[in-house]
Amino acid sequence: MTGNGLFQILIYLVMIVALAKPMGVFMGRVFAGERTFLHPLLRPLERLCYALAGVREEAEQRWTQYAGSVLSFSFFSFLFVYALQRLQGMLPLNPAAFSTHRAPANATAMTPDLAFNTAVSFVTNTNWQSYVGETTLSYLVQMAALTVQNFASAAAGVAIAIALIRGFARQQASSIGNFWVDLTRAVVYIFLPLSLAGALFLCSQGVIQNLAPYTQATTLEGKTQVIAQGPVASQEAIKMIGTNGGGFFNANSAHPFENPTPLTNFVQMLMIFLIPAGLTYTFGRMVGDTRQGWALLAAMSVLFLCGVLIVYAAEQSGNPNLSKIGVLSAASDTQPGGNMEGKEVRFGIAATALFATITTAASCGAVIGMHDSFTPIGGMVPLFNMQSGEVIFGGTGAGLYGMLLFAILAVFIAGLMVGRTPEYLGKKIEAKEVKMAMLALIATSSVILLFTGASSVISFAKDSHWNGSYGAATGNLNNGGPHGFAEILYAYSSGAGNNGSAFAGISANTPWYNLTIGLSMLVGRFLIIIPMLAAAGSLAAKKKLAVTTGTLPTHGPLFVTLLIGTVIIVGALTFFPALSLSPIVEHFLMLEGRLF
Amino acid sequence: MWKQMMPGLRMTLLLTVLTGLIYPGVVTAICQMVFPSQANGSLVYRGGKVAGSSLIGQSFTRPEYFRPRPSAAGSDGYDASASGGSNLGPTSQKLIDRVKASAEKARVEEKITADLPADMLTASASGLDPHVSPASAQLQAPRVAVARGASTAAILSLVEQFTEGRDLGFLGEPRVNVLMLNLELDRKFPLTK
Repeated sequence: MTGNGLFQILIYLVMIVALAKPMGVFMGRVFAGERTFLHPLLRPLERLCYALAGVREEAEQRWTQYAGSVLSFSFFSFLFVYALQRLQGMLPLNPAAFSTHRAPANATAMTPDLAFNTAVSFVTNTNWQSYVGETTLSYLVQMAALTVQNFASAAAGVAIAIALIRGFARQQASSIGNFWVDLTRAVVYIFLPLSLAGALFLCSQGVIQNLAPYTQATTLEGKTQVIAQGPVASQEAIKMIGTNGGGFFNANSAHPFENPTPLTNFVQMLMIFLIPAGLTYTFGRMVGDTRQGWALLAAMSVLFLCGVLIVYAAEQSGNPNLSKIGVLSAASDTQPGGNMEGKEVRFGIAATALFATITTAASCGAVIGMHDSFTPIGGMVPLFNMQSGEVIFGGTGAGLYGMLLFAILAVFIAGLMVGRTPEYLGKKIEAKEVKMAMLALIATSSVILLFTGASSVISFAKDSHWNGSYGAATGNLNNGGPHGFAEILYAYSSGAGNNGSAFAGISANTPWYNLTIGLSMLVGRFLIIIPMLAAAGSLAAKKKLAVTTGTLPTHGPLFVTLLIGTVIIVGALTFFPALSLSPIVEHFLMLEGRLF
Repeated sequence: MWKQMMPGLRMTLLLTVLTGLIYPGVVTAICQMVFPSQANGSLVYRGGKVAGSSLIGQSFTRPEYFRPRPSAAGSDGYDASASGGSNLGPTSQKLIDRVKASAEKARVEEKITADLPADMLTASASGLDPHVSPASAQLQAPRVAVARGASTAAILSLVEQFTEGRDLGFLGEPRVNVLMLNLELDRKFPLTK
């Protein structure tokens, strides 16, 4: 590890912590309906949205109505994205003529299962790339389907987090806010202005933004190079700010047109954590004790920093099998050293390790390096980040309600240890809340493990409908041995965690993988959202208890430690066996020089 | 039920227009006006024709040019309409074989026996990495100098000139843009045939 690399990581973390408060205050004001500096400009737009959607701004919803609204919105969003993809050949803004008889030779067919997978993926804020952007999707689909869902799914996540916070903040209340109002405010005041500014900045640095056909270049050696184009900057900005992560191009943020310089890379990393970090402050502010928010942010930061340092150390020490054949692994002033397979020179080892940890901690899923080519331990941290429920900062909104789920479990475990009824923020945590938290945890863990198990053993006939020419579901893998198993485990962890990054060697564009990963994404989204909204409804109805000497303070180091412990122990107990079969055993095999 | 569902349909339509058409449309209009070069791909021209993009790597095989990193994009590398990495893991036989072959080839061509920089032998994430590390460029300088009938010192000073430092002094890694360096080579040390 180099001093400069560690400095980049440190500066990043300092900036995120510094941005948390201003961002958190702003979001708190927006969702409370208070005026902000953007209101003179954007309040008319907000009102127009209510008028057009037929929403009454002052109407409140019970948790069941709130959840129903989330489901209805997601359902129509899914139909739209699915239909736009399937019809892209007949619609405008398709200069490469995808899904028509004039499509280029390397185009991928838009099959029903691929359209299903992509639609679910964007509606659930996963943004798993079974599609290959530049050879599959028209500009219209990229804009009117994918970019829209980047806004919509991110805003829905924030809305749900705000609803859950209201559950803690209110007492003896029957309602938890209005989904349509929260959604509109999130889009109009938070995501749109940030994305507009972000897109313009990115374009100024070289991210492309056009509707032109692909460019034909004649290289210096006289060959033809076809350069993909498109409206990238507008999608890139919201892809990061909304922790979506679905790339315009196959190579995602490693593609120089998505992320041309180390500076754009740093800004993109800030964009990912900006809202998740800010929401911890919003939480503290709304429950009337900002220390509660800082406690969550502290737990997240500790877990995050441990993750980054592990990935950085593993990637910088490189691959001993390559050192043996004369590849420099130590960094110097003129070359990055380390494990550079699947990494870009402009980012190097430190920035790629930092990005990989951020993107998997935050359920973003954008990548600037190919995680499949990481060292075993470097790849294990992203896996663990996803499997522990995407709560280390987490997705916009999703990270906060996921971490609150763990907070409920942490006080429950603490309560069991001392034999008292657990409380969190003055609310008694009773059977209903604990059941809901456990339901969410068990549902997501079981889809990961069950589907991973199934894909490891299931066998299809060659050229069957379900898995095409690959035959058995392990035929889709790009690597053998434990690393191949890790590709499967990563795919379902990414789906259920709504992350979207991949050990991308796996060829997942077959009906079997498209459907099972699609189902994992649905479970990972809605079987957390619905239980958490149910918990919000039940919490809102309770009275707040007075703080006594017997109350466990949930703003100090003791609780932060307990919370970190809960995240690690739950993750470790559930996934340790699967992880030992993949990255852990692979690490030792790599040291021994075993190849597959 | 239907009354509950209706706002869902309307909101989907509304957001499609607002964030799927108006927002990208406005961004496109502003970017095309204010940053036309960047918005259209930072294209570089030679003799009035597009020769590539300063952000996108392209393949170079001839001895008179600096070479980029190995690329997994498309069927024979640097296909800028099919980005991607090799996705080979650390215990992959294919990876080790590929690196071994590139290393042997590089040692013969560059006439060196020392360990080689990692970036020179590994495929990038995008398959379109426009850069190599300064070390990888420097060790190619003698070969390029011979092919062009120039002095190694002159070529090395050009590499020096095209070496970009870290952004803001601490972000990312120092690097050399291969296409831009090769364009300048053709200008300064043209091949006499």
